[in-house]
Amino acid sequence: MSFSVPAPLEARLDELVTHYPVKRSASLMFLHALQEHFGYVSREAVEWTAAKLGLQPINVYELVTFYPMFRQEPLGTTHVKVCRTLSCALAGSAALREQFCKKLGLDSHAHAPQTTPDGKFTVEFVECLAACGSAPVVLVNEDLHERVTAQAAEKILSEGSRLEGAAKGKTPVKGASGAAS
Amino acid sequence: MSAPVTPPATAATQAAPPPPETVTVKVNGKTVQVPKTMPNWQGKPEATTMLQAARCAGVDIPHYCYHDKLPVAGNCRMCLVEFGTPMIGPDRKPVLNEDGSPKIARSVLPYEPGTPRGAIACATPISPGMEIYADSPATKQMREAVLESLLINHPLDCPICDQAGECKLQEYSVQHGQAESRFVEAKVHKPKAVDLGPRIILDDERCVLCTRCIRFTKDIVNDDALGIVNRGSYNTISAFPGKTFDNNYTLNTVDLCPVGALTSKDFRFKMRVWFLKETASVCTTCGTGCNTTIGSREGVVHRLEPRANDAVNGPWMCDTGRLNYKWIARADRLKEVRVGGRKSTWSTALREITAKLSTAPAGSVAIVASARQTNEELFLLKRLATKLGAITDSIAREGEPDRLLVSGDRNPNSTGARLTGVSFTEAGIQLPKIAAGIASGTIRSLIVFGEDVTQHGIDASLLAKLDMLVVSDILPNATTEAATHLLPGAAAPEKRGTFVNVKGRLQKFHKAVEAPGDARPEIEFLQELADAVAGPTGTSTIEGLFNRMTADIPAFGGVQWSAVGDTGVTLSL
Ligand code: SF4
Ligand code: SF4
Ligand code: FES
Ligand code: FES
Repeated sequence: MSFSVPAPLEARLDELVTHYPVKRSASLMFLHALQEHFGYVSREAVEWTAAKLGLQPINVYELVTFYPMFRQEPLGTTHVKVCRTLSCALAGSAALREQFCKKLGLDSHAHAPQTTPDGKFTVEFVECLAACGSAPVVLVNEDLHERVTAQAAEKILSEGSRLEGAAKGKTPVKGASGAAS
Repeated sequence: MSAPVTPPATAATQAAPPPPETVTVKVNGKTVQVPKTMPNWQGKPEATTMLQAARCAGVDIPHYCYHDKLPVAGNCRMCLVEFGTPMIGPDRKPVLNEDGSPKIARSVLPYEPGTPRGAIACATPISPGMEIYADSPATKQMREAVLESLLINHPLDCPICDQAGECKLQEYSVQHGQAESRFVEAKVHKPKAVDLGPRIILDDERCVLCTRCIRFTKDIVNDDALGIVNRGSYNTISAFPGKTFDNNYTLNTVDLCPVGALTSKDFRFKMRVWFLKETASVCTTCGTGCNTTIGSREGVVHRLEPRANDAVNGPWMCDTGRLNYKWIARADRLKEVRVGGRKSTWSTALREITAKLSTAPAGSVAIVASARQTNEELFLLKRLATKLGAITDSIAREGEPDRLLVSGDRNPNSTGARLTGVSFTEAGIQLPKIAAGIASGTIRSLIVFGEDVTQHGIDASLLAKLDMLVVSDILPNATTEAATHLLPGAAAPEKRGTFVNVKGRLQKFHKAVEAPGDARPEIEFLQELADAVAGPTGTSTIEGLFNRMTADIPAFGGVQWSAVGDTGVTLSL
């Protein structure tokens, strides 16, 4: 299937460009919109954005790799974000992450978010989730879980494993010399 | 009201240009007057920076990201220096010391007045009375700190790094670094041996993220191909995944890279740089004549690098020209003098040729020279031609020009061939006449230098009609095959001489290595031949010959060999 941006979205983005003194300034807004639509920013999305804004793909790719919020690969159905910042760290978030990773067969030392091969889970270690008073904190998709215990973590895992895995993405920007490691 | 565009050009009303405005500053305690503005990377005047002012005072401030010919980025912080500016009192007047000298306020952190605050010398303009402390304890401390931070994730693999010996990271570490690492954490690992393009390999762990390579390809070459991906200590130089870094100037990034991150596939792991002998030369691949430095060791050329010359190539050269040296070492180089198809000696061949030419009736000899030959060689051939009443020409070689350096003229010395009178406004127009002369039997001897005439309308059957075919070349071809007298010649790195580029720049090049076997620089045997046939030139050195040529040919304006220098002179053509 080839990459195609629906006409209404494209029209919205074209209009958006007119708000900026230079086209390039609209890059981030494009990426947000494309990620919202496709679930992640694919190689084609980067190239499409660059062509739209009169840039080289590398210019856009720099942004995509700079902001951890942009995903270069589709996420799992259940996205587990474990807070790593001070309060949570003191309250044992590292062990919590370890627990998630071990159970899911993921590397608990990897720098970037990791997704299980069945597309069911993505585990990510993130900065402060602004709920420090109830550390350790885990954000599962849009739901905040506070004072997460090992048992609570098990529950998150068992609930998530009952859901369908996410569809595999088409072409993540892979093989970059500097692709997020 | 519009001012007249050109002032009246009479000598009396022409005012001398005003002396450049200067600013007085102190560098390491030494007072210097420096121009208020200096050329920026595009050559346009811009406020003089601390780094430039220090250079004027003979002080080199360490730097990575700054480069004279690239836009200033100010990102590496290596050039941090402590500085001070004259104090101004509440009355807006300078505050003076007891001895009447201006009181200097050292720059400090606003919230911590006891701590010196540096500024990046590459991007900070000077102001009158400024004092730059390029080796104060505070400056040294800042440098050490910057270096330490740059080395945090560096792999310290200098022993196997191609840049070793000409690496700024090594040099500054020796001067400003610390012998011990305080870093106990795990280093961030980045991609190694990344195949960035057909000629470039990148080791991201050695990179100091100065962005010189990015700016070069974007702002100089107009190929916005590189960028920094990821964030923080994971920052990595990269092309867009799946795209290769492939323009005709990529190898300049290897020169630009202050460390061993960008390496040339051609030169990688071939030779330790400190063993290389450096020889000033000129690229022979097109009519631009980029200045080069040949790196050779024990008679073998290992690399060419651009040699800065603002009148010709700036600090750059194209990849095609840079890599066009391998053929010099080809195994099938012509190494033997051959007479009648058999190995012979220089004295036999030259004796026979001299005898034949001395008795040749006027008009029975033709000469096809090459616009790849030096002015001196062409001058001697022309001397011979004049004596013999010989018709001469050279051969045009054309290609696509680009917007940066590459000229559409792929001969290095077309201008020289015209100035010496060997070829005419359009090279090659005499060739049909020569072919016809051979066919009709009026031309009995042909002298060919460095060209395969069978590719240019004088085919083997015509060559077979000649009494004598003297050919001098470097590599074999159909014309050298047919030669009655084959004289093995030398490639540019194997001899000395001068070329005139397409813009009239007269440039000198020197000998780096010896020609193989019996091959000799053409000038040596041409001189013998021309002296014997056309009478002595009265000189036996290349210097003498050059001076004779520039005196004889008005376009050269009598310029002396010694006045040419290694960056050449521009002829008014
Ligand atoms: S690869 Fe070299 S030139 Fe490019 S940013 Fe790194 S250190 Fe600078
Ligand atoms: S531009 Fe021409 S002279 Fe310069 S390096 Fe390239 S081929 Fe050689
Ligand atoms: S430190 Fe974990 S939520 Fe703030
Ligand atoms: S040289 Fe890099 S900041 Fe000045």
